Amino acid sequence: MNIWQMLEWAAWAISGLMFAWMVIDAWRVGQQFDEETLLSSREGVDDLFGDQNKGA
Amino acid sequence: MADTTAGKSESTNINLLKVLGPVHVWALGVGIVLVGEFMGWNYGVGKGGAFGALIAAWVIGLLYTCVAMIDSEVTSTVAAAGGQYAQAKHTIGPLMAFNVGLYLVLAYTMLEAADVQVVGQLIQIGIGRVDPEGAAALGAEWWWSFTVLSLMFLAWLNYRGVLMTLTVNFIITAAAFMSIIVLFFGVQGWNPEAQLLHEGLLTDLPYGWLGVIASLHFGIWYYLGIEGTCQAAEEVRSPGRALPLGTMTGIITLLIAAALTWYIVCGMLPWEYVGWDLELAPLYDAAKITGSPFLETVLFVGTLFSAIASANGCINDAARAWFSMGRDRYLPAWFSAVHPRYRTPFRSIIFLIPVAAVFALKVPLAQIITFSILSGLLNYTFMPINVWKFRKMWPLGSIRRGYEHPFHPIPAIVLMILCVTTFFAVYLGYGRQLLAMMAFYIIISVWFSFRRYQFVRRADQFTMNWPRPKGY
Repeated sequence: MNIWQMLEWAAWAISGLMFAWMVIDAWRVGQQFDEETLLSSREGVDDLFGDQNKGA
Repeated sequence: MADTTAGKSESTNINLLKVLGPVHVWALGVGIVLVGEFMGWNYGVGKGGAFGALIAAWVIGLLYTCVAMIDSEVTSTVAAAGGQYAQAKHTIGPLMAFNVGLYLVLAYTMLEAADVQVVGQLIQIGIGRVDPEGAAALGAEWWWSFTVLSLMFLAWLNYRGVLMTLTVNFIITAAAFMSIIVLFFGVQGWNPEAQLLHEGLLTDLPYGWLGVIASLHFGIWYYLGIEGTCQAAEEVRSPGRALPLGTMTGIITLLIAAALTWYIVCGMLPWEYVGWDLELAPLYDAAKITGSPFLETVLFVGTLFSAIASANGCINDAARAWFSMGRDRYLPAWFSAVHPRYRTPFRSIIFLIPVAAVFALKVPLAQIITFSILSGLLNYTFMPINVWKFRKMWPLGSIRRGYEHPFHPIPAIVLMILCVTTFFAVYLGYGRQLLAMMAFYIIISVWFSFRRYQFVRRADQFTMNWPRPKGY
C-alpha cells in the first residue's frame, strides 16, 4: 500500500466522520428543540437598507 | 402584515443570521462561476473556433449583464432567501415560483456535483504529475475518495455557519482570480512577441456562423451562477445596498476574467486542441507549456480553488432555495428548520448531500453540467417576464429600490432574445436532454398543481411591506 492509497482510506474515513457528525448533530437538535421552534423562521426583511444598524 | 411578522421574528423566531456584507455577496457570485474560466468554456472553441468562442463570450456576457442588472433591482427589494424563487412568488404566482425554485435547486446541485467531481479528478491528475509510478498503481476510481471528501468538508462548513463559509469562499475565489492575473503577467500578455502567438493561431470561423451559435451553449460556462448572489439576501446586513453592489462588481470581475482567459489560452494553444482539451483545464495547460514550474503550480492551485469555491457556493445556494420552498410548504416543512446555534438551514444542507454525491460519482461531467445549464437558462427566461411585471405592478417611485436598472425594457427584451437563441444553441448539441428536461418540469408542475398546492401557505405568500400593486 503506497502513501496515495493510505490517503484514499483517510479521505473516506474523514468523509464518513464529517457526515456522521452532521447527522448526529441534526438528530440531537431535533431532540433538544421542539419542531415549532425549529420551523419558526419567517420570510420578510424589515430593514432592507441597514437603517437600524445606523440607529436611524 | 410584513411589519407584524418582522416584529415577531425578532423576539421568538429562529431566523437565518444577518452577518454578510458586499464582499461575501461578491465571493458567493464569483466563487460559483469562476471555475467556468478554468474549464468548460473551451468546448465552445471546438464548435465555433477561437473567434466563435470570443463572440460567444461577448454575447453571453451581454446576456449575463442583463441578468445581473435585472436581478440587482428586483432582489434589492425582495430580499429573501430563495432569490428568484421569492421574486416569482411576489410578482407572478405559486406555479412559477415552484418551477423557479426547482430550477435553482437543480442548477446549483448539478453544478456542485460537477465541481466536486472536478476536484477529485484534479487531485488525481496532480498526483500523476508528482509521482507517476505511485499514481499508476491507483485504481481508475481513486478520485472518488477526494470528491466525496471535498463534498463532505464543504457541506460541513456550510452546516456550521454562513459567515465562515463565505469568508473562506472570498479568500479562495480571490486567489483563483489572481492566478489568472499572474499567468497574464507570466506570459507578458501585453507583448505580442513574447509567448502569445495570436497572429499564427487565430483562424477564420471553421464551421461558419452556425458554429458560432452552437458555441453560445459553452459561453454560458464563463458566467453561470452569478445570479446566485440573491440567495444570500436574507443573511446580508443591508441587502438593498450589498446585493446590487456585490452582483454588479461580480459580473464586472467575470467579464474581465473571461476576456483574459480567452486572450491567454487562444494565444498559446491551437484551437483544435483547446476545443477538445482532454486534460480538463485549458488555463492550466497554457501554464504548463510556458515551461515555468511556478506558473504551472499557481494555475493548478487556482484551478483547484475555483472548483472548491464553486462547490461551496452551490451548496449554500441550493440549500437556501430548498429551505425557502419548505418554509412556504411547497415542499415538506421539515426542510425549513433553522439550526438554533449555527442559524443555517441544516436539514436542507444534509438532504442534498447524497443527491450531489450520486451525480458526482456516477454521471459524466458534460451531462451533469448540461442539466445545470438548462435549469439556469430556464431561470434566465423567467427573469424578463418577472421584471416586466415587477415594473408594471410597482413602477419607479412606488417602493424603495436599492438599484434601478437603466433603459428598461431594453435589457429585458435583449435577455429574452438571447435566451431563446441560446436554447436553440443547446438544442443543436443536447436536444434530447433539453426535451427531457422540459418534460420533467411539465410533469412536476402537474404534480404541484393537483397534489402539492393544497399544502401551500397561501396567506403567507406575500411578505414584503409594499403598497398594493398598481391595477389591483
